[in-house]
Amino acid sequence: MTAWIGRRLPRAETRRLVAGRGRYVDDQAAARGGGGESHAAFLRSPYPHAEFHFTDLEAARAMPGVDAVLTAEDLVGVCRGWTCPDLVYPGLVSPEQHPLAPGRAAYQGEPVALVLASTRAEAEDAVERIAVEWEGLPACTELASALEPGAASVHPGLASNLGWSTQLGTDLDAVFAAAALVVEAEIGFARVTGVTLEPRGLVARWDPSVGALELRISHQMPHQLQLHLAELLGVDQARVRVICEDVGGGFGLKMHVYQDEMAACAASKLLGRPVRFIADRMESLMADIHAREHIVRGRMAVDAAGRILGFDVDDLQGLGAYSIYPRSSTREALSALHAVGAPYKFGHYRARLRCALQNKVPTGQLRAVGHPIGCAITEALVEAAARARGEAPLAFRRRNLLAGADQPWTSPSGARLFGLSHHACLERLEAMLAGVDAEVAAGRAAGRCLGLGVAALVEFTAPGARSYGASGAPVAAMDSVAATLEMSGEVTVRASVSELGQGIRQGLAQVMADAMGVDAGRVHVTSGDTQAVPHGGGAWASRGAAIGGEAAWRAGVALKAVVLRAAAALLQTVPERLRVEAGRVLDEAGQDRMGLDEIARIVTLRGYELPDGVQPQLSVTAAYRREQDANLPNNGIQACLVEVDRDTGMVRVLRHWVVFDCGRALNPLLVEEQVRGGVVMGLGEALWEACEYDAAGQFVSGTLADYRVPMSAEMPDIAVALVETPYEGSVVGAKGAGEAGACAAPAAALNAVNDALAEDGVVMTALPITPLAVLRALGRV
Amino acid sequence: MKAPRFDYARPSTVEVALELLAEHGDAAAVLAGGQSLMPLLNLRMAAPGLLVDINRMAGLDGIGAEGDGLVIGAMARHTDVMAHPLVAARAPLLVQALGHVAHAAIRNRGTLGGSLALADPASELPACMVCLGARIVTRSLAGKRVHEAGDFFHGLYATARRADELVVRVEVPGMPGWRQVFLEVARRHGDYAIVGLALAVRGAEMRAAFCGVEPAPRLLRSAEALDGLEPMASDDAPPEYRRHLARVLLRRGLAHG
Amino acid sequence: MDEEATLRIASTVNGRAVRSLVPVRQSLVDWLRDGLGLTGTHVGCAHGACGACHVVLDGRVVRGCLVLAVQADGAVVGTIEHAGASPIGAALQDAFFERAALQCGFCTPGMILQAAELLEADPAPSREAIREALSGNLCRCTGYHAIIDAVETAASRLRA
Repeated sequence: MTAWIGRRLPRAETRRLVAGRGRYVDDQAAARGGGGESHAAFLRSPYPHAEFHFTDLEAARAMPGVDAVLTAEDLVGVCRGWTCPDLVYPGLVSPEQHPLAPGRAAYQGEPVALVLASTRAEAEDAVERIAVEWEGLPACTELASALEPGAASVHPGLASNLGWSTQLGTDLDAVFAAAALVVEAEIGFARVTGVTLEPRGLVARWDPSVGALELRISHQMPHQLQLHLAELLGVDQARVRVICEDVGGGFGLKMHVYQDEMAACAASKLLGRPVRFIADRMESLMADIHAREHIVRGRMAVDAAGRILGFDVDDLQGLGAYSIYPRSSTREALSALHAVGAPYKFGHYRARLRCALQNKVPTGQLRAVGHPIGCAITEALVEAAARARGEAPLAFRRRNLLAGADQPWTSPSGARLFGLSHHACLERLEAMLAGVDAEVAAGRAAGRCLGLGVAALVEFTAPGARSYGASGAPVAAMDSVAATLEMSGEVTVRASVSELGQGIRQGLAQVMADAMGVDAGRVHVTSGDTQAVPHGGGAWASRGAAIGGEAAWRAGVALKAVVLRAAAALLQTVPERLRVEAGRVLDEAGQDRMGLDEIARIVTLRGYELPDGVQPQLSVTAAYRREQDANLPNNGIQACLVEVDRDTGMVRVLRHWVVFDCGRALNPLLVEEQVRGGVVMGLGEALWEACEYDAAGQFVSGTLADYRVPMSAEMPDIAVALVETPYEGSVVGAKGAGEAGACAAPAAALNAVNDALAEDGVVMTALPITPLAVLRALGRV
Repeated sequence: MKAPRFDYARPSTVEVALELLAEHGDAAAVLAGGQSLMPLLNLRMAAPGLLVDINRMAGLDGIGAEGDGLVIGAMARHTDVMAHPLVAARAPLLVQALGHVAHAAIRNRGTLGGSLALADPASELPACMVCLGARIVTRSLAGKRVHEAGDFFHGLYATARRADELVVRVEVPGMPGWRQVFLEVARRHGDYAIVGLALAVRGAEMRAAFCGVEPAPRLLRSAEALDGLEPMASDDAPPEYRRHLARVLLRRGLAHG
Repeated sequence: MDEEATLRIASTVNGRAVRSLVPVRQSLVDWLRDGLGLTGTHVGCAHGACGACHVVLDGRVVRGCLVLAVQADGAVVGTIEHAGASPIGAALQDAFFERAALQCGFCTPGMILQAAELLEADPAPSREAIREALSGNLCRCTGYHAIIDAVETAASRLRA
């Protein structure tokens, strides 16, 4: 009985956005005309590692418009420091962080002083007048050497820069020694960052009369942030309200506890005045979380029949100066290792992980957390094996992809795999690629350097409570939906899942429409306010449809039951003889008996018409947590066609194909473009994006001219096909959709470039693949 | 970030602008199209005492014929130069090169004179001017000076323009019979060039100038002259890389249609 | 320190005459947002790399972060809030909505204004031409594909 789930509908609320009527956090502040706000600007450490002391703050304080100049000692007692203990990673080294660094900065961009002034420009003028004496300390920034003896200490007193390490799996030396074929690959992944087009920003309003904080912020999870603020500022949870209206992108970067954000909130509390902080692009690139700095070595053993025997991987991860709170910086590496080999059937697995502290901004969870790394090393090994065996890469994959009959299956890496449609996706991809092999052959014959690369993926989405609850992090894996029948017959839905542009509000509207029996256009979904709805996880790990969608279904079913009971009481029948369709109550004969609007009006305005003892609750709240299955794996396969210019080293992406199964797609129109957006982000990682530091540890990617994100001219059309294998453990059947595009695109692009360069005997081993690296590999430079 | 404080003047005649430049010297910065200066201000990497906005001065944005060549006012916007039929007919190199300059909204605002006065080593237009043998005309209160393009660009962001001078126009000679081609390698469309080539060829004769190779473009009249290039170094583009790309582009330019 | 330098300006913004006293260092986009409350124009980088701040100045699309507010004195300024007043702008807004050619929407105002300028000059652009025209507008959410589709759709409707 699905009329609305699965329909390709535009998002109702984007009518506002195309008209320039968005309400992003800085718009709120601007529209309010300042309202006595102080604008924040930070002095940030120009050094990767330095001790400092202020020699003069008075000159800054005397600057026009300045309300306050604050340093760490001003915030003592206002906001406490934090560490990132993680019960799942015992021994994780996580030095204490403070809103403003007290006396020593451990990464370039770390905030050390805060100026509040009438305008941001005046605040910046005053920042320039703060007199500081810096004493540079030896810094460790390069990952490859971070754990070597003699590396500079990231923090004083550390025995080494090892932040955490572990070994997973079992010994497999014998398996590899006996294997018919062992292939090896090494890939270095450059640090990248999220670059939400709307930078992080907030307006914090501390009301000293009642001791309450109202925070408007561009953030992915208002409820989680409410907990952090209550804890760190020492305020009762109910006295903290967090509001996120339109959020200009998240990608995982707007969900951590940032020093500058805590400092701005603490300043509002200290001074009793509203504080606006809008990060500029330079501080975003420098001080938002970075991600994905890894050096991964992998080996794969294959038997004589071409079946994968096992994977052996070694991952060295760069953490940055601190483990990001509350999720920790090590998560990404565990996620990467979990994803190794995930699309395939294999018998043996071993992984070694070392996480290195560095004098760089902390790393954290970014879209598809770790999966692109696990996917890239796996798929590089798979292509290498196919090449070594002289067979088509798709043929090698067909033999090894986990079949339907093999599922459910728990892999040697501990991944639980079920509901995956690898072979259906593979067939679909082959159909999409019809003629491409011939095109490549013809192009090569004409002297073009073309390459086709493929990558299969499994992404573990929508984690349950074991993921963070067990680690002690205050991250909710459940979500809440409150639904109200209005007197117009419309249904208003308030959800704890967050809208960041992914379209989840539209998805929930379609779920509610089916659950209630109303038109989707009559359902209005809001989210992003801790005061509007009970606690829930927000937006992380592609959970909106799978968790929030289920909560919406339950709320809709419960509200419909209320409505039917009320209707039955009014119509002197029993609810079982009535149903709701398109906002009308019908009887068994299909006769239209009354509208939902009428029921709501009677309940609300003319209660005397109801029989005694009938008290319809036209607002219901449902919460959902999944009780089984730690994650919901989705799957897909991608292909990328590139052309390499052997003279210039430039790589051009000509076409890209995706087949993807996210279970039930609530709205394929939205899912497809989400997938494409992920692909583009992945192609950025493959070919352009890098947070680079020079030999002295100085960050040199501080503008969008230096940090190169993919733009429209470089991107190809991206063909997307969906295969739907609904999750059987839920009603709606959705799995995560929003990140999978990013999982396999770097792998597909890397394989494509290496396919193009195979006849030159060249293998690229670092992302992004720069033209200079290509030319060097070819011996041309 | 927000721009630092500065004073602002917006003269309506060249004479008044020149008086301001004479008075303030190095403390003044000229705001032409502003597409390079404004980012520097917003990044607080430039902090002029006075901004002299020359966008209100009449008569500096003309594009016209002179003999078989062109005269282009310093304030001609890139978009207008690109779209002008005389430019397409007499200096097609400029039309090709401008297609590589940033993006539409930047070209709507950016000016020829501003680009030449800035002399960014990665910028396409200085190389074009050297290739075309253009003359760049500057003015100060002391009078007018005419610079051969080959003498105008001195190095990284350094030109023959004195602080009290304005670039007022560019004279591009006609090059009948010369095939013109601009080629460039950049990481993304509209990015600063890693290396770009402005090339004119007539029979066995060639005039080539590169951007992104040396701190300033210079005229090369033979393929062998590339041996004498002394390319710049940077972390992402070492000299041997720039030299290699220069050779590749010249080879392609000479083979080009 | 001296008072901040300011200048009184008079402009026509979205068809309305506007007079303002602006700091001379203020960018056009900051004035539109903070001075006039026209928050549909966004700031994505403030160094001319992302296109989120596009506005129309005397008939041409410019980066609002790379023009000073004082340079709008005597000028006609149009922003996304006024884009629907033209058939091209309205067609693009409809097409972006219907095709879901936006996710977070932060880039959309700049995209639409840039696409409108393209369609004014070229009523039937190829996909490649659309990609090139929008190459200075960063969208971090979509795959650009839907945006190109939307511009194509708007163009074909406007030709019909």
